[in-house]
Amino acid sequence: MMGSFSYVRAGSVKQAVAALAHDGARLHAGGTDLLGCLRDRVFDAGSVVSISGIEELGGIAALSGGSVRIGALATLAEIASHPLIRERYPVLAEAAASAASPQLRNQGTIGGNLCQRPRCWYFRGDFICTRKGGSLCYAFDGENRYHCIFGGDGCYIVHPSDAAPALVALDAQVSIAGPGGSRTIAVEDLHILPKQDIRRETSLEAGEIVTEIVVPPPRAGLRSTYRKVRERGSWDFALVSVAIAAVVAAGKVSAARVVLGGVAPKPWRSIAAEAALIGHAIDESAAMRAAAGAVEGAQPLAQNAYKVPLLRGALEEAVMSLARP
Amino acid sequence: MSSLSKLRVRLRVNGEEHEMLVPVEKTLLEVLREDMGLTGTKHGCELGECGACAVLVDGKPVLSCLALPVELEGHEIMTVEGLAAAGRMHPLQEAFADLGAAQCGYCTPGFLLAAKSLLEQSSDPTRDEIKDALAGNLCRCTGYIKIYEAVELAARRMRSGSETAPEQAVLYGR
Repeated sequence: MMGSFSYVRAGSVKQAVAALAHDGARLHAGGTDLLGCLRDRVFDAGSVVSISGIEELGGIAALSGGSVRIGALATLAEIASHPLIRERYPVLAEAAASAASPQLRNQGTIGGNLCQRPRCWYFRGDFICTRKGGSLCYAFDGENRYHCIFGGDGCYIVHPSDAAPALVALDAQVSIAGPGGSRTIAVEDLHILPKQDIRRETSLEAGEIVTEIVVPPPRAGLRSTYRKVRERGSWDFALVSVAIAAVVAAGKVSAARVVLGGVAPKPWRSIAAEAALIGHAIDESAAMRAAAGAVEGAQPLAQNAYKVPLLRGALEEAVMSLARP
Repeated sequence: MSSLSKLRVRLRVNGEEHEMLVPVEKTLLEVLREDMGLTGTKHGCELGECGACAVLVDGKPVLSCLALPVELEGHEIMTVEGLAAAGRMHPLQEAFADLGAAQCGYCTPGFLLAAKSLLEQSSDPTRDEIKDALAGNLCRCTGYIKIYEAVELAARRMRSGSETAPEQAVLYGR
């Protein structure tokens, strides 16, 4: 049983933003993460503000100029199966298809996927950890095999989203509405590290909501892929994942983004891996150099050093899968 | 906009309209079982991991433990109780029974509904497609093989429109 709350069905983004101004108001889109958190008392809600009925927040469509707009309420299942996404942005279709289970993909939205709370078992459990206002990260000296190897600082979560690394690799933009109006930022700038603010995972301010994502037109020669490694064959969160978008012209990589999931509190862009690819043909030596670059500076905890070789292997495989268009 | 702790909710479940007053924090699972007496839908993990509570909303499987009833007004909800028609079990139910694809049975409603959704999109799914479609449902008894075989048998029977008998190898092993 969840604790009681009042329920607000917002008819417009403006109404939603106004309703979110109340203390303890929580946003409901697909509800899969929110209701789980409320039941487990990860946090409480005074009110639940539902945006699921706001039609303008849904849909996937091509824009003039070749971009694709994905409404915040588009489900992961819709993204995974949409012909435009599958054809132009395989990395995003593959990432969305690899997230959660069929049921959850039918319910979970892309906005909620980007804004979901971490899966750290201390955060989800009865621990007042640093992310919940306490003074200790229990994972640091505790059970930390699923925690981060980059970017930890007082908190060692990994960001659980599969779609987020894919969207960062594609240089997508996210639009945000809030009390001060609307703004658009790169998805790359949506997520933040504990050292920036240990209490939240995104740069959303109080009362702000994600309204849409715009993926830029695919450049000629774009190849992209998502490689996710799970602890089991069936669905699960990523132990490590790799999203790559590379532009190949005249046999060489002219531009690339390599973004890692499951290894840091936010989608982790590896500039070193990108540099190892740019200017080179996609072959085994480039893949190995990119993989070596990607793990530079990793700081594993007591139980998660396995993520370093796992990440290397996943990255090599992902790069090599792009060797042919 | 409304802001109430109890809501009047109108739900369409298995083709019937129901109107009731429910606390807003009750999940669809709780309302189906406790307020509507439809106990075929099961409480499992309540975290979105097991699929025991799966129901169909507009033909697609969703987890009723992670859904608020008020969110589903205007949608068509189907529970396992809605599978049988005109006094006959659904071909999936018959195939599950014929092949012993249900042991303790707790996960069976969720599997049946996820499989129904699959067979509506694809009348002749491959084993891999069946595995993918059922990946969100956990079974701790069968080891899944019987379940896959039952879905394949039901698909075969639905395609041919007749009661094909299960192959001997499926019943007794190769």
